Amino acid sequence: MLKQLEGSHAVAEAIALCRPEVICVYPISPQTHIVEHCGELVRKGEMGNCEYMNVESEFAALSACIGSSACGARTYTATASQGLLYMAEAVYNASGLGLPIVMTVANRAIGAPINIWNDHTDSMSMRDAGWIQLFAETNQEALDLHIQAFKIAERLSQPVMVCMDGFILTHAYERVDMPTQEQVDQFLPPFQAQQVLDPVNPYSIGAMVGPEAFTEVRYLAHEKQLQALDVIPEIASEFKEIFGRDSGGLIREYETEGADTIIVTLGSVAGTVKDTVDEMRAAGKKIGVVTVGSFRPFPSAQLREAVKNAKQVVVLEKSFALGFGGVVANNIMMSLQGTGIHVHTVVAGLGGRPITMPSLHKLFEKALADELEDMQFLDLQWDIVNAELARQRAQINSGPVAESILKNIQVDTAYGGAASHAAT
Amino acid sequence: MFQVRLHGRGGQGVVTAAEMLSIAGFNEGKHAQAFPSFGSERTGAPVVSFCRLDDREIRRREPILEPDCLIVQDPTLFHALDVFQGLKPGGYLLINSTKSWEELGIVDKVSHLPEGHVVGINASALAKQHVGRPVPNAALLGGFAAITGEIHLESVEKAISTKFGGKIAAGNIAAARAAHAAAFGEELEDA
Repeated sequence: MLKQLEGSHAVAEAIALCRPEVICVYPISPQTHIVEHCGELVRKGEMGNCEYMNVESEFAALSACIGSSACGARTYTATASQGLLYMAEAVYNASGLGLPIVMTVANRAIGAPINIWNDHTDSMSMRDAGWIQLFAETNQEALDLHIQAFKIAERLSQPVMVCMDGFILTHAYERVDMPTQEQVDQFLPPFQAQQVLDPVNPYSIGAMVGPEAFTEVRYLAHEKQLQALDVIPEIASEFKEIFGRDSGGLIREYETEGADTIIVTLGSVAGTVKDTVDEMRAAGKKIGVVTVGSFRPFPSAQLREAVKNAKQVVVLEKSFALGFGGVVANNIMMSLQGTGIHVHTVVAGLGGRPITMPSLHKLFEKALADELEDMQFLDLQWDIVNAELARQRAQINSGPVAESILKNIQVDTAYGGAASHAAT
Repeated sequence: MFQVRLHGRGGQGVVTAAEMLSIAGFNEGKHAQAFPSFGSERTGAPVVSFCRLDDREIRRREPILEPDCLIVQDPTLFHALDVFQGLKPGGYLLINSTKSWEELGIVDKVSHLPEGHVVGINASALAKQHVGRPVPNAALLGGFAAITGEIHLESVEKAISTKFGGKIAAGNIAAARAAHAAAFGEELEDA
């Protein structure tokens, strides 16, 4: 059924259709509307006997999820940003124990400086934690991925993180096709746990493992990720059979046929990139897009295949490893080693800076003209950066950086606090 | 694609207005995308929200840089920031005020716009009268339907009923009808 909904509410309704048995949450922007709406649906009796636990922190939320999942209950939570960091220890435990929890991460920057807006730093900080990480491009895909996530998680007995751009998706109203309960029931069978804490048949979960077996246990967790490379597309095609649309999967290609330059990106910016690429294709430019749907496991072989005929790849990402470079780009470079395809890194959209079509046009034209640097920041204001560097060199006691920058920056409030000079 | 940028202040329902506009578009079978400017919401602070309407899927997610229509819920914003930024040459401006362009100090900014594209409505007063509170957002959507023809008043009314219930919905619908009439220079009989 078509509905015009806020992304957060669409996800909460999809969660309800998945018949979760336990939801343990702690609210944090921009995820709050999801868990609030889940709470409303539980209170209204629209989630059966689901237990809704409002706990005192993110660490408690995921710890409670670990307990409920270990007892065989289909379990859901959501978080973002500092909340994900605060639950970090439990994030590793959930995957190390092989518990099929589904968690939404409403992607948001990490402070300091404190920033509530969107980028992918939070999810990327947990990229090696053993969770499957899926990225949504639209709100339709966000809700579809949650339904798929329970099936993927339970088939592999591994937790799945569904990453959706905070505010850009969570707070956007757009059209979604909400499945029926019958469709979801047909797609997603009741949870059958690989392992259950049961007093009738007692065993322990979470043994201490020493050097004699730790590598083997970790390798088996890696093996689960490799299995996911098959399971994710399988489940996406099972999804398509019942729901009739393409959603999820490892990667998606757009206009890659005959493209010399391929933009690789992930998350909601893909739509803006595609619109830009359409305009450039209309002008005869050979440019295409690959969207990464699954970041963990990383679909190296599929990516290599998708870009094999391109001369260069431009990775557009909302994350950044300080002191090194792009996070996603690093993964792509490793996937493409030996192919001779040149990989450029573009860091964009940090802390909610809008990624605009005029900026993308300039960037892509530069790439097509073979003038793109290996590593660059989209719309970085060099004058501001250089002035601050000069100021720091001039005085030892130059004071806090963020405060100083804010004094020197002109914010153009015509399109919102975080948009600065992007269109000029 | 028709792009609308809404300017107002925290507490005036600027974000809700964009959401209702998207629901109104959806009610007519359009694709519609509404989103806020993602600021820290504080009462009285300038707030921006956006709505796109189109007959096909809307993929881009940049803020609206070149609006076809501006809805200004608080005319004091004309002095606080450049709300006109990017407004298309043939664009529309709907203002929550019946003051003249001279009084608002916007003559230079609007005199090039086509006739009938700059309309002032006292939406706060209509809301005060019909809803009991001077919240101009729903009323202005009635005005939007009138001046742009992008959506029908009935779709706005249905969108208001989706967002609100009971008396609040009824009051806002009455305000939207009155604003719709006011945009055509009419006054409703039993307003």
